[in-house]
Amino acid sequence: MGIFIDAFRDGLSMLVTGAADVWTIVLVSIQVSGAAVALALVLGIPIGFLLGTKRFIGRRMMLVIANTGMGLPPVVVGLIVAMLLSRRGPFGNLELLYSQPAMVFAQLIIALPVVAAVSAAAVSAVPRELRLQARSLGASRLQEALMTLKEARMGLIAAVAAGFGSIISEVGAVTMVGGNLAGKTRVMTTAIVQYTRMGDYGPALALASLLMGIVLVVNILLTRVQQSAERYER
Amino acid sequence: MSGEPMIPASIIIEGIRKSYRGKRVVDVERLEMKSGSTTALLGPSGSGKSTLLSIVGLLEKPDAGRILLDGTEVTSRDIAARLSMAAAFQRPYLFKGSVADNVAYGLRLRRVPTARVASLVSLMLDRVGLADWGSRSALTLSGGEAQRVALARALVLEPRVLLLDEPLASLDPIMKWRLARDFATILRDSSITTLYVTHDQDEALTVADDVAVMREGRIVAAGLVDDIFGLPADEWTAEFLGMEPPLHGVVREVHDGVAHVDCGGAVLYVVSQFLPGSHVLVGVRPEDVMLFAGDQELPPSSARNRLTGTVTNIEHSGSTFRVTLSVGSLTIASRLSRAAVAELALMPGVVVTAAFKATAVRMRTVGADEAGAHYDDGSAPGTGVLSTGDTRG
Repeated sequence: MGIFIDAFRDGLSMLVTGAADVWTIVLVSIQVSGAAVALALVLGIPIGFLLGTKRFIGRRMMLVIANTGMGLPPVVVGLIVAMLLSRRGPFGNLELLYSQPAMVFAQLIIALPVVAAVSAAAVSAVPRELRLQARSLGASRLQEALMTLKEARMGLIAAVAAGFGSIISEVGAVTMVGGNLAGKTRVMTTAIVQYTRMGDYGPALALASLLMGIVLVVNILLTRVQQSAERYER
Repeated sequence: MSGEPMIPASIIIEGIRKSYRGKRVVDVERLEMKSGSTTALLGPSGSGKSTLLSIVGLLEKPDAGRILLDGTEVTSRDIAARLSMAAAFQRPYLFKGSVADNVAYGLRLRRVPTARVASLVSLMLDRVGLADWGSRSALTLSGGEAQRVALARALVLEPRVLLLDEPLASLDPIMKWRLARDFATILRDSSITTLYVTHDQDEALTVADDVAVMREGRIVAAGLVDDIFGLPADEWTAEFLGMEPPLHGVVREVHDGVAHVDCGGAVLYVVSQFLPGSHVLVGVRPEDVMLFAGDQELPPSSARNRLTGTVTNIEHSGSTFRVTLSVGSLTIASRLSRAAVAELALMPGVVVTAAFKATAVRMRTVGADEAGAHYDDGSAPGTGVLSTGDTRG
């Protein structure tokens, strides 16, 4: 067990002294995944609302795509985005490969189907009659949609948690499109992989603990929101 | 909401048609709801009542036809018209949140100031018998409580038009009648123009001023409650309303405002203004017909019609019994309590005397061709005009 004790000691001192740019790595992680989740919510919740409430041609196919997308392997997303952004790819002239925007884009593609599919399920559980009732009391289309989202809020919180969870711990796509450049595109997961490969367990363990801590804190926060929303659930 | 007296709206619908997947579900030539009145839309399940209500409430677009609110055509895009209406449905769908949040929903949409919302909500909850329930979670309520909240949520808006779609159908009988009486009082006090969809005629009788009967998407009869229930438009309506089909007769003479109507040999006395020689249809509500044992001496009463006949059928009809008797070629029905049936030892074959007042009989003229009943205003049956003159004479 000496290996763990040594690594723990090394990692702790590194966190305290701020060596090896640990906090920069954490910051980049939060920036990239935070932006990707935010975009996934902005796009995914309206898509989920449409899929869950409207009847239109292609709806079923879009649901299949969203549900399939939930199981999309991050390395496949990484590959496709890397090819799109590579020098010879269609968007090569943007020179975005190995940048944070490229990582945000890849993570957005991973999180979007998750957020859309979970929101669609949550929204479709709101009875049609309730929407009719809102309309009959004078609600506009927008007010009716807001009411529906409010009714589905427990499911929407789950969509946020699922979307965030699908990308914060993801390593394949961010490596492929970010390149793990120190101080620029190095995030917690890619750094952990690198330190471990180098046998540098101290910083790897420290970052792993921080990653776990962040996931835990985010989920505690979401659970608290869910609990306050639960007040009128029964 | 404003506290000022509200002017109730009048609604006329014209040529409304609606189909789903090629099947015509609503086909109404015309229906008028007088301002401040409650119109019961009565019909069996699947007759298109709820769809018509949704269309009148501007919640659903008709394929054809128009809706006139105070004489002006309105559509679902007409925000002001939509804000002047409110609805409550069979199942009281409440929003997650407190009872007060639910009642306040429409007020908030109308941007009523918060302080005013609170006072209006508490007043309205008091009115539906749920004072001090404001902070409860809406999802913990029983069916009857939830339906009261749904009604309060609609009434608090002081809508000019109120749409109620089977609001009592999901309740137990005790709650149902308590609420039906409450509805009747509230609707009468507030003089809101109300469309009340129901398949229950007792409910319609309790709450409504006017009634329209719907069958397979069409309105087959419309008019004052007393007229429609007193004298059904046709055999189908009669059967649906639990009545015998109207009797054919001829007015032989009129004395002091009472017509002597010959119905296949039996003479009925009817308070009316019709001239001798008129061909008429007459009907009497089963609950207006009293029965006495054949050999019993009838008590002195104003029941001028006394006909002796033979019981042909006795059947349960809810908590009462419906007794049919034949008097010569006539068939008359009476609605009796269980105790009355037992006391008279009624069974098929027993001879009884039916007694009813001359004012209890409804009558209208029929054309010589006898194609069907005509309304006094000359409109054909099925057009659903609710503005027929009062034929009670």
